[in-house]
Amino acid sequence: MNIIAFIMDNAERCWSLTLDHISIVSFSIFLAGLIGIPTGIIISHNKKTAQKVINIANIFMTIPSIALFGLMLPLLAIAGYGLGKVPAIIALVLYSQLPIIRNTYVGIRNIPPELVEAATGLGMDRWTRLKEIEIPLAMPVIIAGLRNAAVMNIGIAAIAAYIGAGGLGVFIQQGIARAYEDMILAGAILVALLAILIDCGMSLLEKILTPKGIRITGDLGV
Amino acid sequence: MIQYRGVTKIFGHGPELIPAVKDITFDIKPGELAVFLGPSGCGKTTLLRLTNRLLSLTSGEIEINSQDIMAWNPVKLRQSMGYSIQEIGLFPNKTIYGNIAVVPRLMGWDESRIKERVDELLSILGLEPDIFKDRYPVELSGGQQQRIGVARSLAADPDILLMDEPFGAIDPINRERIQDEFLSIQSKLKKTIAFVTHDIHEAIKLGDRIAIFQDGRLIQYDTPETILACPANQFISDFVGTDRAIKTLGLYRAQEAMSEKPDIIIQGAMRGLEALNRFDHKDLADMIVIHDSKPIGYVDIQALGNKGSEVKDSVLAFPVLINLNDTLRDVVSHMLMHDFKQFPVIDDNGDLAGVISHDDIRKCILKIFNDCKNRTGQ
Amino acid sequence: MNSAIRNIYRLIIIVFLLACVILTVRSGLIEYLSDPNEILYTIRLVGQHVNMVIVSMAIATTLGLSIGIIFTRPRLKRFSGIIMYIVGLGQTVPSLAVIAIAMSFLGIGFKAAVFALFTYSILPIARNTIAGIRSVPPWIIDAAKGMGMPGLQILFQVEIPNAMKVILTGFRVALVINIGTAALAFLIGAGGLGEHIFTGIDLMRSDKLLAGAIPTALLALLADYMCELLGLIIIPRGLRLTQGVR
Repeated sequence: MNIIAFIMDNAERCWSLTLDHISIVSFSIFLAGLIGIPTGIIISHNKKTAQKVINIANIFMTIPSIALFGLMLPLLAIAGYGLGKVPAIIALVLYSQLPIIRNTYVGIRNIPPELVEAATGLGMDRWTRLKEIEIPLAMPVIIAGLRNAAVMNIGIAAIAAYIGAGGLGVFIQQGIARAYEDMILAGAILVALLAILIDCGMSLLEKILTPKGIRITGDLGV
Repeated sequence: MIQYRGVTKIFGHGPELIPAVKDITFDIKPGELAVFLGPSGCGKTTLLRLTNRLLSLTSGEIEINSQDIMAWNPVKLRQSMGYSIQEIGLFPNKTIYGNIAVVPRLMGWDESRIKERVDELLSILGLEPDIFKDRYPVELSGGQQQRIGVARSLAADPDILLMDEPFGAIDPINRERIQDEFLSIQSKLKKTIAFVTHDIHEAIKLGDRIAIFQDGRLIQYDTPETILACPANQFISDFVGTDRAIKTLGLYRAQEAMSEKPDIIIQGAMRGLEALNRFDHKDLADMIVIHDSKPIGYVDIQALGNKGSEVKDSVLAFPVLINLNDTLRDVVSHMLMHDFKQFPVIDDNGDLAGVISHDDIRKCILKIFNDCKNRTGQ
Repeated sequence: MNSAIRNIYRLIIIVFLLACVILTVRSGLIEYLSDPNEILYTIRLVGQHVNMVIVSMAIATTLGLSIGIIFTRPRLKRFSGIIMYIVGLGQTVPSLAVIAIAMSFLGIGFKAAVFALFTYSILPIARNTIAGIRSVPPWIIDAAKGMGMPGLQILFQVEIPNAMKVILTGFRVALVINIGTAALAFLIGAGGLGEHIFTGIDLMRSDKLLAGAIPTALLALLADYMCELLGLIIIPRGLRLTQGVR
């Protein structure tokens, strides 16, 4: 059980797989946010549409990730993208939609209506209002959603090693195949540490990006 | 400056129509503080929000300086008017400076002009600019937040202010103070204001004219004095309260009810004997003694002990001196506390300006009420 | 404009579903499943899968609820924050890592898999139990105490019912994750539907893939739906009505 020795001996590989892993997750979160946050903003006006959209996103998240890979593979195999990073990223983006869309929606809806009233009454148009008031105030919740998604994605990306996406799951996969215990544990521990690190890092980001006026009491002062 | 012509607003569609505002027509003059008053659901807030197009008219027109509000871009229209709401609605993510600067920034003022304006407004409202500029709303008390809300609505120096129960969220003690400050600011700035409230006291205190609404209709639009003296119908009479004569006392000053009564005023240098004679001839109970035009006390028959000396040596002290500018309400309060009939009224120099008694006040109020009845035939 | 969008939306869904059906048929899934041996085999896998899930969930729920209740009692309440933090941290660890670590300590097979699943599922349950009980408005508990309710009664008649919505959500999340993670249990020799999926990937056989993936997905969706129904039964109507989304 000499995990540390293993890591040191294979430092380069550890590093490259970690970078691989991080790049897959970052890219998916970026894409997922690009799709999810505007969606969350758009549906914040219509409760019924919001319910439908969130239900759909929920379905994607309920389906186990490995099953989602299994369902997507035959589909994408036709286009030639059956294995590798592409299906992994697609699955990750789909998976992340629920926390991102839902948190954006809730974040914006939870803004006290009198702030919206005051903003409109003073003469802000919709975009200005979004930019100056709604998004800054919803920011902590939105970042929490991104954080949630990021941590989930790190876990799923580990599984994606089995469909050829690379990343730290490769250690676990190959380790099991070769019954090489140190490799398995190195993979498991590295990916666990990565997840914890990203979780803490994004918590910090959450605090930094919270507008100062809310940070002091933690609520919207109403 | 604000003209309402047949303004109607109906909510809902199909079978569930809710008329909130029905055919309202009246004008608010420039520099006037018009109070929209009435019970919940009477349409006063709806009318206010129609004015800055937060709601759309079902029919009728609203004109600002003879220009239809529909001709404006709604966003620009709102920027040109100040808007203040009951919940205040300061943006928690912006500093006080940022909050006040909202509309000027939207209008493209340059930053130095905004900075000057923020400092100016904070000073007018009694808040030290350097302390408050960089604070956040959550760090301020309710009363302070309220003032910032008003400052924010005044920021771009609009001619018109729309205020929806702006002092509603403040505790009663602070509310009085803020109302007084507001009145003093308004007397300097002379904005045209539409002010919604359900509080009759606030309406009487602040309003130049009060528009009373019931079930979406405008029932009466008059000065507070007129509304109290001759309410247009039973509803208004009940709404203003059965004590409206007493409320009216708050609107008039001692100056308006006092009378001269030269008979009971004597110089301090007068001799006691002469004073006694006067008592007999004019059948008086007591007399007010003055010296150098300032009242120094009163005398009655018992007090005139030494008939030879000057009256001013035997005076008794007044229980209270009334000032010209005291409200009749305060005067009546004094009258109820002291067993005294003729109260001297002095001006700011301390000189005697007149004398006031129960009867004077009674006659004054009766006259006000009767004049009103005769004038309006009610 | 809304109805036009709605119609386009419906059209897209129909096209999508159609495409899925066609692909499924093309993949040979039907032929695969027409083989009675394969169907029996698949059913056995489902059985293994469900077995793992039920056993691990039973233990996780009992222990999770207990931990949650224990750490919200007055004497231990101050630790509830720390516990929640640790549990929260545990939840960030990827499921595959948990399985891998369980294997290295407990070897392969059913026991190791159940242990991994239990460890993973106990976290949301414990966390949500604590959060749910903590979120019961303190004045309600005060009223109960003031009325003379003994502590145990307060727990079962006031605290737990009021926390039920949150606790049930934790249970649901745990269950769904459990079903998903159980699919990975194949990797450490515990069988389950993961066998079809991973074999399918290895052999590049879409029919096996789908034979594994579709039941797994359906199982998860079914469990999710059943939890919702459970919620309708267990949670009194007065507490069910909240604004907001799931």
